[in-house]
This record gives sequence, structure tokens and C-alpha cells, in this order.
Amino acid sequence: MDMKVSKKLGLKERYTMMTRDLAWDTTFQPMDKVFPQVGYEGIKIHDWDKWEDPFRLTMDAYWKYQAEKERKLYAILDAFNQNNGHLSVTDARYINVLKLFLGSTPPLELMAARGFSMVARQMVGAGPRVACMMQSVDEYRHFQTQIHSISNYNRFYNGLDEFAHQQSRMWYLSDGKSFFDDAITAGPFEFMVAIGFAFEYVLTNILFVPFISGAAYNGDMAAMTVGFSAQSDEARHMTLGLECIKFMLEQDPDNLPIVQRWIDKWTWRGTRKLASVGMMMDYMLPKRIMSFKEAWEIYFEQNGTALFTDLARYGVKVPKCFGQTIEEKEHITHQSWIGFYMKPDACPFHTWIPAPDELDWLSEKYPNTFDKYYRPVLEHFDRQEKAGKRFNNKTQPMNCQVCVSTIKFNEPGDPMEMCFRETVYKGEKFHFCSDHCKEIFENEPEKYVQTFISSHAALQGKCEPEGTDVNAHDYRPGARMHAYWRMDKRATGDFNGSEDQKNFAKWRAQATKN
Amino acid sequence: MSMDLRTITIEPLRQTFGHLARRMGADKPASRYMEGTMDLQPVENYHYRPTWDPSHDIFDPARTRITMKDWYALKDPRQFYYGAWTLARGRMQETATADFDLADELGLATGYPAAGKKVINEVLLPLRHVAWASNINNSAVAAYGYGIAISQAAAYACMDQLGIAQFITRLGIAFDEIDALAEAKQDWLEAPVWQGLRHYVEDMMVMDDWFELFVTQNFALEGLLFPLIYDKLTDRLNAAHGPVLSMLTRFQREWFTENVKWVDAVLKAAAADNPANKALLGEWIAAARQRSVEVLTPVAELAFGTDGAAVLDEVVQQLNARAAKAGIPV
Repeated sequence: MDMKVSKKLGLKERYTMMTRDLAWDTTFQPMDKVFPQVGYEGIKIHDWDKWEDPFRLTMDAYWKYQAEKERKLYAILDAFNQNNGHLSVTDARYINVLKLFLGSTPPLELMAARGFSMVARQMVGAGPRVACMMQSVDEYRHFQTQIHSISNYNRFYNGLDEFAHQQSRMWYLSDGKSFFDDAITAGPFEFMVAIGFAFEYVLTNILFVPFISGAAYNGDMAAMTVGFSAQSDEARHMTLGLECIKFMLEQDPDNLPIVQRWIDKWTWRGTRKLASVGMMMDYMLPKRIMSFKEAWEIYFEQNGTALFTDLARYGVKVPKCFGQTIEEKEHITHQSWIGFYMKPDACPFHTWIPAPDELDWLSEKYPNTFDKYYRPVLEHFDRQEKAGKRFNNKTQPMNCQVCVSTIKFNEPGDPMEMCFRETVYKGEKFHFCSDHCKEIFENEPEKYVQTFISSHAALQGKCEPEGTDVNAHDYRPGARMHAYWRMDKRATGDFNGSEDQKNFAKWRAQATKN
Repeated sequence: MSMDLRTITIEPLRQTFGHLARRMGADKPASRYMEGTMDLQPVENYHYRPTWDPSHDIFDPARTRITMKDWYALKDPRQFYYGAWTLARGRMQETATADFDLADELGLATGYPAAGKKVINEVLLPLRHVAWASNINNSAVAAYGYGIAISQAAAYACMDQLGIAQFITRLGIAFDEIDALAEAKQDWLEAPVWQGLRHYVEDMMVMDDWFELFVTQNFALEGLLFPLIYDKLTDRLNAAHGPVLSMLTRFQREWFTENVKWVDAVLKAAAADNPANKALLGEWIAAARQRSVEVLTPVAELAFGTDGAAVLDEVVQQLNARAAKAGIPV
């Protein structure tokens, strides 16, 4: 009889056998040729084995859990669609949140999927490689489930049908595009700080609150289920981002200034990106969850303070922009909504002036700023609209060279003054929305001179539908933007009087009355 | 009796997204695979050039010598979007886990004859590192391939290979051969029989052209290795020692049969696009087949002794038949 005593493996030891024990240091090809990208950003890693796996999930367990989640999710989506679930949302204005979401979020999840594949290929350690790969396929899951959950809305409402075409062409989507293009064109470690840490860890709650709780509050079981189903993935992603920061900081003290610069940069870039998310919370959800200001206080100020207190032992300081974001939390959502309202011809979603009770809600939530600065503007627009003189800004905006936002935010400390910054590089003048964006540019001017700014590119004849002759004598730049965007006229302008509004009312009556 | 269940019927404004209607030539419902795949990767107006590869765009068709009129012709006949993929793998792992549990309960693996264990330790266990190499190489295709059709299928293949490496590891653990896993790694790093293969997979890790990498790793090397091991070798060991090994390698066998459909469909679509592709694929396959045979010859001898060359020749014929079926002369 075989008397060999069987070795029992502990969980950690077993996971090591299942992951990093599979890897070896290559010898027929030098390691720096196999993994060519880990050195050039200046991050020093001495021992990849010191990486602590933030979660230990072998593939069998991964497939088991994920398959269970997918089975439930698609069962709910199918039932929701079959039962005309779209008619159970609070009111048809809600669907405009989905339009903004579909244009802005699945395309960025897709960039995260590709970016994490790249980082997974480039990381030397097997631990981070496996975690990044898993996040990459999770991100495929996220953009696909998001598209699948909204697909049925597209059959009934306008403005969702061309999101794939518009992702790289629509002016207001370029801030998100530039964010992810910036991250994916950086090296692997900066990508991890940008997406793994700043986006997934510091800011992800602010994204989830309006979409997922917003969906739950507004009767959209499809989007709600997608969000809840993604939460356990997100929990893994957050721990990966944090582990990566800690790993870099523990490996070498020289990494600290590099990591700090990235934290400063990406927290700011993420904050700018969130202005339009906050606008959904304050203006677009018919049934509101909380104000953007309240969400910012809980998820950024309180949680962020706790996080950076924890990271202080590595010498990390709170992001430079922290103070400015606290001041801005009372302004940016109003400035963003007013900005979109003023461009009724240029967005595939509807805008509106909040109803009187909604204006009162905003006054209550923003006691320091709303009545003083923004309510008068909205009431003025409302009077003009009712008088048949709906405000319509047909000019090209000025955009920030770094975050690509329309320059519309106020001067710090002075809400009545627009904030402009500029710098000259190689004889050319570049414009910015803030000191932080200017500083990001000045750290890497060769990168940011490349930014694709559609308002500029359109004037240069670079945003035309296929087949346009930009040398024709009667050519007018930007005259055919709607064709370039493939924008359905029915999707634009005011919610009041829109086809969505009429159809929703008609269909809901059909579903609820005899 | 069937009940006539009624729901409110509302006439939709459209059936699908614009990019899918244009692709299908009609406004009709699209599958979830299409919705989650087609035309989604950005192709224009990139903001910055990669700092790690300034001579290319973020996504750039010039990262391979293959050209395509439509990169989404490289679609996956399994129609794997994430949900379909993970459900399929969820079922497979459930069966595999039940098999491992049963083998454990009945003592099938620990009681496996020593002569059979020796072959498993020497031939099968080092293959966990080959699967890891395939994981790295498929992650490169997922990262730098053009279009979501190829990138997502490669990302799933990458995870599949990690799963395979883990199932081989589990096999070692099930046979109570933890030390054998360490010895197998030592062999992989040092024993002459494995050095040719290790050299080859390391060479693939520095290959520039992702499509050539796809052909070399997924078509040529795996197209020979998987039938050699999970068909020929398991047959031989089963005949001598009973079918438990087939039971514990079922995941790999089923996976390969299914994965081949994807690999062959990609080659077929690329070859059909233009004659230059077809010629290039023929060259790549011929070169990869030749070197794969060279590096697998000592492995086949280790597994089959003097029959090694003949068995390897059989699987080469299978590979040639697949290439011919994909329309590629080799």
C-alpha cells in the first residue's frame, strides 16, 4: 500500500501553484525584450514576487461565479424587455440618462478592456498579469451587458441608435475619449494609476450612484440589474488598483514622486469627466437619489480622506486638486446642464428647464449657489422659451487642450468669472480650463499638443461626412456636422414636444388604460 | 393545452442600432454577439500616439501584414460574447470539477499505476508552462489585434489557457504529485527534451506581428500539441491503465475541439479576403509547422518512444487537412 503522506496545500500555496508558479524567467529571449514596457516610465521594481494578490480566484471559480451572475442577469433583461419594462420608468426624461450613458460609458469600458489586455501582456509578475487579464474580460462583460440592457430602449426611443458611430466624433464625448486615450497611450504603470486607481478606486462610486441607484429609483430594472451584477467585479477592480499603488510605493522610494504626479493628474482628469455625471444626478433623473454635492461629500471627501490618510504612510499626499473640487461641487453640475441646454442642435439627447418643484429641490440642495447664480439663468431661459425665443448657441466652443471640456467653469473663488488659462509652446498658444490642466500640459507638452479637439478639427475641414470635397469653392466647414455625426433630428432639442415624450405617453396609456 | 398568453404589443421605431443595420443591409434584430462585438472599436480621431509605440495609432491595422477589407469578418463561429463564453466555460468547469471530485472520492487518481504516473509527470505536467506561454501570447493578440471580433476571442482564449494550465496543475495535485510539479518545472527549464519547445514559445513572445503569432501559437503549435497529448497519449495510457486520465483531461479535449472552430474560421476569413493574405498565411503555417515538428519531436519520443515520429506525423496530417479546409495551400 502506498504510504506516502499526501501534502495538503493551503489556499495561498494552492493559488501560487495555480498562477505564479506557472511563470518562469525567459532565457532564450531576454526578459527586457519579452516585457519591453515596464522600464521606460521610471518606475523601479526590484522584486515582482512581493506583489500581494488582492484576490485569489482560479479560473474554475471565476467561471462558476460569473456564469451564475450572467444567467440571472440575462433572465431579468429578457423578462424586462418582454414585458415592455421601458414603460415602467418614472417618466420619459429618464431615458435621456441612458442616451448619455450609452454614448459615454460602454465605449470607455471597451477601452478599459483593451487597456487591461495591454497591461496584462506587459507586466512582468504573474500576479498582476493574471489580475489584469481578469479585469480585461470583466470589462468586456461590462460594455456588453450595458449595450444589451439598453438595446431594447433603442427600439423605441431616439438618440441611442448611433452611439458606436458617434463615440469618436461627438464633441461632448471627447472628454471621455481623451481620458482613456491618454491612459492607454501612457505606460503600463501610469495606466494602472489612471484607470485602476484614480478611476476605479477613487471615483467609481460617483459613477455608480447616478446610474445604478438612479436606475433603481427610476424603475429601470434592466440598468439596475446590470449595475448590481457588476458590483462584485468592481470590488475586485478596486482592490487591484490599490494593490498596484502600494506595490509601486513599497518597491522603491524613487517611485513616490512619479506616482504622486500621476495621482494628481488622474484625480483631476477624472473629476472633470464627472461633471456631466453629476449633471445627471441633479437635473436628469426624474426621481433624484441625492445631489451631486452630497455624493461628492460622501464618496470623495470622506472616503477619499480616509484613503489618503491610509496612504500617508507611503508619503502620498491628497491630490493637489482636492480643495478646488470641494469648491466646485456646488457649481459644475449647473454649469454643465446650462451648457448642454444652450446647444439644442448639437446633442442626441433632450434638455429641459427643471419644473418649479425641481428648482426648489436644487435651491434646497445648493443653498450657497443655486439661487444666487443659476436659478436666475434657468428662469430667464424658461421665459425666453415660453416667449418663443428659445436660446440656441450655434457657435463653436473653446475647449481645454487637456481635458477637452468646453471652457465653461468658473475662476476659483469667483463664480461670476469664467476661468481661462493659456500657455505658449513652440510658438503656438494653447488654452486650458484650469491651472491643473495647464500643469498637466506643461509636464508633457509633446503629448498634449496632439489632442483631438473636434471644434478646431471641424474648422480645419477634418470633421466631414465621407465624400465631402473640402476644396470646393462653396465649402463651409462644419455645415454638415449632423451628417458627420449621423444625428437624428428627432433626438435633439427640447424634451417638451419631442417624439419620445409623445410616444411614451401614448404607449403608457395603451399599457395602463382600456 | 397551450395557453394564449398576451402581452401589450407596441410597434418599435427601429429594430437595431445604425451600425448593425448598415452591416446587415437591413433594419432587423441583431444577435447579442453582434451587439457586443461589431464595429465597436474606435477607428479614428485618436487623441494621442502611444508613448510605447509612437509609430502606430492606438489601434492600428498596420500592426500585422495581414490586410482586411473588413476586420469584423474575423468573427467567432461560436458567437462568444462574454456571457455566452462564461456560461459555456461554467458548464465545462462544473463537469471537470465533478470529475475531479469523483476521482478523489474513489481514489482513482492516487491509485493510478506508477508506470502511468511516470508518463504523466514527465510529459503532461510540464505542459502547464506551455499553456502559460499560450496565455501570454494570446494576451498579445487581445491587446494589439485589430477589431473587437479578434480581440475578444483572443482575450477569452487567453483566460482559457490559464484555466488549462490550472487544470493540469490540479491533475498533478489530484495524482498526489506535488513534488512532481516542481520536478516538471525543473525539466521545463533545464531538461534537453523541453528546451526546443521552450525556446520556441519564448521566440513567440517577441514576435511583432500579432496575426503571425496567432497562426504560430493557436494554429500550428496547439494544432499539433493538443491532439498529440489529449488524443493520442491519453488513448495510449487509457488502454494500459483505464480511462481516468481522459476523465481528468476532459476540459482540454473538449476545449480544443471547440477552439479549433474559431481558429480555423479566422484563418479561412483572412485567406478569403485577398490572395496576398492567403500566400502569407501559407508561408507562416509552413514555417510554424516545420519548427513545431522539430521541437515536438523529442516530446513525442518521450511520450511514445520509437513510435513518436509516426504519431507526430499523424497529427501533422490532421493539421494539413485543417489548413486545406481553410483554403490555405501549404
